[in-house]
Amino acid sequence: MQTTNSLSPTPTTGEATRTTSFGQRLSTFLYFRPTLLLLLLLGPPLLAYGIFYLGSLATLLIQSFFRLDDFTGRVVREFTLATYADLFTPANMDIVIRTVGMAAAVTVTAALLAFPLAYYAVRYAPAQLKPLLYLAVLLPLWSSYLVRVYSWRLILAKEGIISWAFSLLNLNWLLDDLLSLPVVGGPSLTVSMLGMFIVFVYIWLPYMILPIYAALERVPKSLLEASGDLGGRPFHTFRWITLPLVFPGVVAGSIFTFSLTMGDFIVPSALGNSSFFIGQAVLSHQGTSGNIPLAAAFTMIPIAIMAVYLLTAKRLGAFDAL
Amino acid sequence: MPFKSNHPRAPFGLSLAALGVIFFLHCPFSIILLYAFTTDDRAFTFPPPGLTLEWFGVAWNRPDVWRALTLSAQVATIATGVALILGTLAAAAVYRSRFFGRDAISFLLVLPLALPGIVTGIALRSALSLFDLPFSFWTIVIGHATFCVVVVYNNVLARFRRTGRSQIEASMDLGANGFQTLRHIILPEIATALLAGGMLAFALSFDEVIVTTFTAGQQQTLPIWIFSQLTRPRQRPVTNVVAVFVIALTTIPILWAYRLTRDTSETAGGGK
Repeated sequence: MQTTNSLSPTPTTGEATRTTSFGQRLSTFLYFRPTLLLLLLLGPPLLAYGIFYLGSLATLLIQSFFRLDDFTGRVVREFTLATYADLFTPANMDIVIRTVGMAAAVTVTAALLAFPLAYYAVRYAPAQLKPLLYLAVLLPLWSSYLVRVYSWRLILAKEGIISWAFSLLNLNWLLDDLLSLPVVGGPSLTVSMLGMFIVFVYIWLPYMILPIYAALERVPKSLLEASGDLGGRPFHTFRWITLPLVFPGVVAGSIFTFSLTMGDFIVPSALGNSSFFIGQAVLSHQGTSGNIPLAAAFTMIPIAIMAVYLLTAKRLGAFDAL
Repeated sequence: MPFKSNHPRAPFGLSLAALGVIFFLHCPFSIILLYAFTTDDRAFTFPPPGLTLEWFGVAWNRPDVWRALTLSAQVATIATGVALILGTLAAAAVYRSRFFGRDAISFLLVLPLALPGIVTGIALRSALSLFDLPFSFWTIVIGHATFCVVVVYNNVLARFRRTGRSQIEASMDLGANGFQTLRHIILPEIATALLAGGMLAFALSFDEVIVTTFTAGQQQTLPIWIFSQLTRPRQRPVTNVVAVFVIALTTIPILWAYRLTRDTSETAGGGK
């Protein structure tokens, strides 16, 4: 390590200048130009994101104002609102409503399932069990999404374990009744909205557990004790102290469950019946028919919904809970 | 109770619900494992009519599986490399200086993960079509890198914030120049954060399917191969074996990343 103080404003002696290496001089040069250093650090990621990500998003917006010529099958590159007119048809609105409804149902169910586990892990789990519980949530979150979807094809199959369990308990009539329900039912669990709903909840549940867990951890014990001291019964303490403090965590988790469900086309293609979801509509428009303008315009709907959702979530303090 | 604890006992209903959720989260993995050994190759009969090791050999000799696996590994390696460089640079910039739009950086980086996956996918697809670019290996890599950067960024930034500046200042006071400080102080300090972030980025890329569908064209990564088996199964038991293999392959880096960061406040993977 050199003893010359590279940080002194100007190397006063000629000797010092001679002994400094290139690296040394560059280091000194940059030290006195923090803005240049900042640009060098920030430049590559910003350029990459600016060009590849924001640039792509911009082309998405541009493409949504082009249209597909029905006769030639080519994209006409001139400004038009025709594609948006095509978008707002009753059939497409059905797709949007179906997708948003599913996303909402999945989000609420995930919150209801996540809360007891997070609450148990934070309040009651012994210290040795806590990291294991955390890992038990983390592992499914990070392990292969597709394999997890695939596993439900095995579980929900007509000859699979669910049917087997129902027939073992002589409850076949219950399963049949469930499947004969309108809208949610279908010929078997693998081709019904009910099956799709179960898989969506399963896939995105860890995203809901972790923020709720984090929010519960942050609730100060003193508040709970104060509530108890002032005569609050456990239920009231939960209702008026814990729940309001944890709610931003629930909203934070809901951002993920809602957004991920809305943008998914794997689960509906793997398990659903033939009724489309937004992701499938986008995929099929850009794929076989090559109608990228309509696919782009379709994508504006989840973007708009998520923009409203994120703004509301910010109001509710969800970003501080992340 | 096997554990010493000063916690109050949990209400029975709550313990049961928590146990149920844990069971719900993990049961499917054991089902996958069981089906990899089934002798039934036409349906998903439960309980399996018999058990066999035959399918492991069949899967091993399938060239399409190997091709998909190789492509996925290559894409994930390069996307992780890009993510490590860009994520670390962005984290360093955000940590060391205050500048206009600093808060927007985190937002920009997390956007590809926060927006529905199809948005990133169709955006890249529309850019390719607008400029008449062909699908290639690199279009997949670019798609993956966009959402891998934030994982590295979060890990490294958290590490920077935890270690503080005093060691860097001490190094500079003792006469080290910027590069020496980087080499001897900063890099060793963030090494495990880089390793953890890199492994999570790798796992993320290795498993990605939604964005890939839009940027791969005819190429098949492993997730796309599995997806094609989901919709048009060719040999079901082979898919089961591949599924078990993928679980094993993704579990190892996650456990390792968790071990590397568990003693710190920024446990890796909390913010996928």
